[in-house]
Amino acid sequence: MRISTKTLWAGVRAELPLLLGVAPFGMIYGVLALSSGIEPLPAQMMSSIVFAGSAQFITAQLVRDLVPGVVIVSTIAIVNLRHLLYSASVAPYIRGLSMRWKLLLSYLLTDEAYATTILQFEKEGKNLHTHWFFLGAGLALWTTWQVSTAVGILVGRTLPDSWPLDFALPITFIALIMPSLKDRPAIAAALSAGFLALLAYTLPYKLGLMLAGIVGILVGTILEMRA
Amino acid sequence: MNIWLVMLLGGLFTFGMRFSFIYLLGRFELPEPARHALRFVPPAILTAIVVPELFVRSGEIQISLTNFRLLAGVLAVIVAWRTRNTLLTILAGMLSLVLLEWWF
Repeated sequence: MRISTKTLWAGVRAELPLLLGVAPFGMIYGVLALSSGIEPLPAQMMSSIVFAGSAQFITAQLVRDLVPGVVIVSTIAIVNLRHLLYSASVAPYIRGLSMRWKLLLSYLLTDEAYATTILQFEKEGKNLHTHWFFLGAGLALWTTWQVSTAVGILVGRTLPDSWPLDFALPITFIALIMPSLKDRPAIAAALSAGFLALLAYTLPYKLGLMLAGIVGILVGTILEMRA
Repeated sequence: MNIWLVMLLGGLFTFGMRFSFIYLLGRFELPEPARHALRFVPPAILTAIVVPELFVRSGEIQISLTNFRLLAGVLAVIVAWRTRNTLLTILAGMLSLVLLEWWF
């Protein structure tokens, strides 16, 4: 097998455990979108056009509440602000690639693809093939998101409400945070971000998340520069 | 506004943010402190996503033994820390939540 293909599959494999969390999330989105009054076709297409879980959930909710479109679009933009940070974070590793690759990988840059890919990038450093890993992780997630949305739309409300399936995703993130806690500044970054996220959870549009993230990053950076 | 237009604009903004630095860093060099800061993006942002999911139940912070998501989350943290195994962490977290909700 060629090394690029091998690396692609390594990316797919690394993404597999996350898919356990993503699949129920996608199904719940599909159910929610329909119950908010979005037609099946746009509900499905949103998963490939916007392709961002939490923003899609919020969109469905706002559509149900008959919020004006301008507000919905601005909300999507604000909720997805964290992708600026993901973009800056992976950029140094893929800067040598062609524009076509950069466009494709940007499209695939979700929370989940980012979380696995950045671990690999930090471990392997920049080499000739790591972008294939990114592609594998991104495509695995993309496919699962489209299929699980479709299942949610088709199966509809037959899923029992009592199943705590929405809990799978935060749990998956817990597993992914651990390897990034390599030293004291990283641990301090995580703790301060977590604490602030709780203090600021009432802020609208996930701004608390953004604020907490930025403070956590600053805390880690300052501690590291002092050391 | 039509739902298709909302999705298209929302998708464009989202893609624009994902593409932003990937595009810019092909042309400019990032200053040294910023490069250091980027190492802290995963622990900070991912933790900020997870923590409210564990502590906030029906709109309020709940630190108690009846907040089963918090208990299951703490167990998952311990399993993740000891085993470094993603699959095992998910199984432990989900299974403990299901069992807690079923038992009590």
